[in-house]
Amino acid sequence: MNAKSLTCRECGFEYPLEARYVCERCFGPVEVAYDFSGLDGDAESLRRRIQAGPQNIWRYADFLPVDGLPAGAHAGLPVGSTPLVKADRLAAALGLGGEVWVKNDAHNPTHSFKDRVVAVASARARELGMTTLACASTGNLAGAVAAQAAALGLESYVFIPSNLEEQKILSTGVYGTKLVRVRGNYDDVNRLCTELSGERDWAFVNVNVRPYYAEGSKTLAYEIAEQLDWTVPDRIVAPIASGSLFTKLKKGFGEWRELGLIDGADPVMNGAQATGCSPVATAFAEGKDFCKPVKPDTIAKSLAIGNPADGPYALDIARKTGGSIEAVTDDEIRHGIKLLAETTGIFTETAGGVTTAVLKKLADQGVIGDQERTVIVITGDGLKTLDAVRGSFESYEVDPNMNDFITTVEGQALVS
Amino acid sequence: MTVIKLPTQLRDVAGGAAEVTVDGDTVGSALESLFTQHEELRGRITEDGELRRFVNIYLSGEDIRYLEGLETPVPAGGELTILPAVAGG
Repeated sequence: MNAKSLTCRECGFEYPLEARYVCERCFGPVEVAYDFSGLDGDAESLRRRIQAGPQNIWRYADFLPVDGLPAGAHAGLPVGSTPLVKADRLAAALGLGGEVWVKNDAHNPTHSFKDRVVAVASARARELGMTTLACASTGNLAGAVAAQAAALGLESYVFIPSNLEEQKILSTGVYGTKLVRVRGNYDDVNRLCTELSGERDWAFVNVNVRPYYAEGSKTLAYEIAEQLDWTVPDRIVAPIASGSLFTKLKKGFGEWRELGLIDGADPVMNGAQATGCSPVATAFAEGKDFCKPVKPDTIAKSLAIGNPADGPYALDIARKTGGSIEAVTDDEIRHGIKLLAETTGIFTETAGGVTTAVLKKLADQGVIGDQERTVIVITGDGLKTLDAVRGSFESYEVDPNMNDFITTVEGQALVS
Repeated sequence: MTVIKLPTQLRDVAGGAAEVTVDGDTVGSALESLFTQHEELRGRITEDGELRRFVNIYLSGEDIRYLEGLETPVPAGGELTILPAVAGG
């Protein structure tokens, strides 16, 4: 494998590729570091090697912290290779002259981008000899862990806030996981799991094997670049909860540029948060380089992380790429869901409503140029947050005859 | 008297203890009492007298950054828990 060590993002201290998420010297988060010098050949042969790989994230195994391709009984659920859709009607609705593309990651096995990170975390956990998967989840991760554990024949424990949307609870419990509903918000769930991870021999995908888990998000950047014929979009709009996805998108593009697989500058990176949980957007607006924790109160529960540990890194990226981090209200989120659905046929959950609403906000501000190619990252499926669209449209009820249909629906009398 | 619960990552520099009993009526003075007993913890938990960015301290389950930080009063018999910050998701 090309992964070489876990390196502290704060002080640079190095550790072996073990189950570790925090630097013992400064408590900073550790991240997987690579040495790609062993990759043979020029950029063109590297591209051919990727294209000859499977139609899932393991085509990028050279850039992930795993020993070769998980196969056979260890293959797990096939993840990734989700559609990148050109959204001309969405661009037109927003008055944008350039291109808008939608990366629809609801097309994963459990309908969110979390399948990517869980695939990498569970592959590495198995390599480290761990046999139980666990997670602290705002909902999407719960389903992804439960399903991947079922596919791999592993035991699993899934911890969620007790007030989570019913759709997410039902679509997690069905996989036969040990579902634990914690009386508290996500940050409480996260604290409990952090404590437990020190006392149990489990792979908490987003705690003690988090460095491997987080790398899975890079595959979104790789796919976008590959689907755009080995180019980088001018702008990315992506949601921010912990800030991990946002920072790994940047890392993915950066790695491929260094290897000569793609050219050009980094995309302008715009982060999207809900006003009811916007610690990173607030810090951005105030010019700060750290986030003050908040108590979340928003319909975008999958983004409801009040104390985002990767917030400082997300702030840095938004500033360095000339982007921003914006917040939108719950009403704007509902409108964003409708806008995306009506112009692209893609039904997203509240997090995607946040992302689409931020695209609209940027368009309204006039910051998106007429020549720009923008990609918005849609991370989850609308069927998981149905309450967000309840009452947002009208329907007709008719007797089963032509006359009533025409009177009620078409509003005119039958002409004989 | 206050009990401070240490995460696994800090126990090796506290003689393997999972909990340490300290004095102090604020989070800051409780930490000072902890550092008196285990000096090496000072640099792990604080930097220039401030809580390190990736260290979280909870008073009876509440993050002290939501309260009054190191000035937060600690009631008699209170319990402080130190944990590394972890990004969620």
